[in-house]
Amino acid sequence: MGTWLFLVAVVLILAVLLTPKAVGNFPLFLQNLIYGVADGSIYALIALGYTMVYGIIELINFAHGDVFTLGAFLSMPLIGAFGLAEGKSTGVGVWLLLLLIAVIVMTINGGINVVIERVAYRPLRNAPRLAPLITAVGVSFILEGIMYLWRGASNVHYPDVLPGARFAVIGSAFISIKDIVVILTAIILVILLSLFISRSKLGKAMRATAQDREAAQLMGIDINRTISATFFIGAVLAGAGGMIFGLYFNSVRFDLGFEAGLLAFTAAVFGGIGNLQGAALGGLFIGLVQVFSNAYFVSALTDAWIFAILILVLVFRPTGLLGMQVPEK
Amino acid sequence: MRPRRTFQRDTAMRWATGWVGDRNRTIYTLLIILALLFPAIADVLTGGEGNHLVGTAADAGVFVLLAIGLNVVVGFAGLLDLGYAAFFAIGAYTYGMFASGQLLGSPLHHEFHIPFWLMLIVGMLVAAGFGIILGAPTLRLRGDYLAIVTLGFGEIVPLVVQYLGPGSPVGNWTAGVNGIAAIDPPKLPFFVAGPWVGAPIQVVKNFDFTNPLAYPMDFYLLMLVLVAVCVVLANNLYNSRIGRAWMAVREDEVAAAASGINTVAMKLMAFAIGASFAGLAGSYYGAKLSLVSADNFHFIVSVTILIMVVLGGMGNIPGVIVGALLIYVTQFFVLTNLPDWVTGLASLVGLSGLNQSHGDWVGLHDEVQRLNYLIFGLILVVVMVLRPQGLFPSRIREQELEKGIAEESVFDLREEQP
Repeated sequence: MGTWLFLVAVVLILAVLLTPKAVGNFPLFLQNLIYGVADGSIYALIALGYTMVYGIIELINFAHGDVFTLGAFLSMPLIGAFGLAEGKSTGVGVWLLLLLIAVIVMTINGGINVVIERVAYRPLRNAPRLAPLITAVGVSFILEGIMYLWRGASNVHYPDVLPGARFAVIGSAFISIKDIVVILTAIILVILLSLFISRSKLGKAMRATAQDREAAQLMGIDINRTISATFFIGAVLAGAGGMIFGLYFNSVRFDLGFEAGLLAFTAAVFGGIGNLQGAALGGLFIGLVQVFSNAYFVSALTDAWIFAILILVLVFRPTGLLGMQVPEK
Repeated sequence: MRPRRTFQRDTAMRWATGWVGDRNRTIYTLLIILALLFPAIADVLTGGEGNHLVGTAADAGVFVLLAIGLNVVVGFAGLLDLGYAAFFAIGAYTYGMFASGQLLGSPLHHEFHIPFWLMLIVGMLVAAGFGIILGAPTLRLRGDYLAIVTLGFGEIVPLVVQYLGPGSPVGNWTAGVNGIAAIDPPKLPFFVAGPWVGAPIQVVKNFDFTNPLAYPMDFYLLMLVLVAVCVVLANNLYNSRIGRAWMAVREDEVAAAASGINTVAMKLMAFAIGASFAGLAGSYYGAKLSLVSADNFHFIVSVTILIMVVLGGMGNIPGVIVGALLIYVTQFFVLTNLPDWVTGLASLVGLSGLNQSHGDWVGLHDEVQRLNYLIFGLILVVVMVLRPQGLFPSRIREQELEKGIAEESVFDLREEQP
């Protein structure tokens, strides 16, 4: 009940702020809305990994943003290797190849994250809580260092292989194939993830482990395997996010994941950390706030708005939008 | 029959053995010796040109102060603060604004030149005030939600500071992206120069800290005093009733509240006191550098300070001092100079061909420079995996950890029973 009231209040405030802008120039508003949803979809994909890892081992995984960047960097050479070139490739084949590349990237990314967990976090599972936080920062530096060595410090062009076609919606507002791809990918992955978590046996094990690790262990759940699986899935989503980020913006940099990760983590907390729907919703919200603030409100303060909203939300709803009130352990 | 011992001999023995056996006292002793001998060591190492190193050491002291302050919040009270650099920024900008010509162009149309010594206190109070403003509504949040609130605050402060420059609707307060420059150095009515600053003995009237006679030794000495004061303050806090209350809150908030501790007030106090240390460090930083810029206070600074605290040994003051110095030396000395060292080594062993760039190889110097991130990350991971409790953890924490392991082994024994 309280949740809904709060959501309604948030939506009302946003409506009051945005209605004059929407009335003033509706096509521009709609265009921003489309951009915001597309950006938000990418944030949502990163935020899901944050929220899953936090939910299961209460670790703020600072390296997750860089795992996202890794997805973009891994897919770049593959696109060339599979013979896709800018502006030349058309037809169904492109989509199938991209899907294949995505699957490869997601798998490699997942594997890398499993290794990271094994090396940097698992030895510290019973250590003071801040120790794994520091190794997470360390892993973040390592990943950024590797990508820096690999492609240098400046922006790297990401091959623009998606069709550039776009369709008019209203007036000067357009929706491009890229927008649709980003949004659809995110929606499909989020649906698959919720189905996996709610229906599959491993998903059930994850929920049990998140709730009470020791009890889950006593019920015969292999904790290590479950946690590895969580890291794998988190990195799979982040890898997909990185690849569609590259395809969408066509420019990536080694430290891209630093800020994106920070914002995605904000999204996860905003939605109620540990809550999958919350993370998706939070990602979407952050994307929208970012785009609207850049367009209508002081763009130099965009990140400040985002964090100020986050702080306000937490003051009034201490566990985020959809987070459950759980007793202190 | 027991051998008799005189009272004096007994206490002297206990004192001596205590001094030798107590790791913390050993660290303090070594640190004091190092601090006093450092200018001489620097001179010897660089062949009489030690001033630059002494200046660097004075800068490292800023991070020591910050680590001591963050240790109050994270180590004593157990509150995760990921935006500590914000309070550092607040201290630095408070001093910058009120000890330079900056506010002449602001809506106040008046420039202030308040003495450094007063601003040290004001900076502490302002930072503590911001700590209370941020903490009061948010300290009821559970652990990691608090962390993200502080992270958000840490991101907001530099952005707002940068925004309040030329052209902002409320006037130019902070000089925006340029940062505030030409900040007043600390001044003393007189100063006795002598061999301790590498000069003949003489009295300098109206001494200011940029005086070439003593610079940067005077900043170094000031930093030693500040660190010593902060160590005593933090140590007394830790051993006081407040310190014990913090420990109780850190270990079990519910139990602490049930024992009559006002947990919110205690957390707020930790937050404000921790922030005030950063305010102090900020004022000094502004005065030493004579320039403050919002770029120097981003998330990465907060993370660096947190790394210093956790890696040094949370909750243990000598531990975090060592942590701060080690990380500072690694980042700003070893990693910055490593490319030069490696280049020199390559020339020495006859591999100077590696130093030139050809094709993809950009030359040994730049190749090593590129490795900086990677090396620093590896150091963090390796050290934390090998010593999760930090290099020199507090004794109490260590015992808690060992006890935790003992409890688990009891559990294992039960499992093995037929």
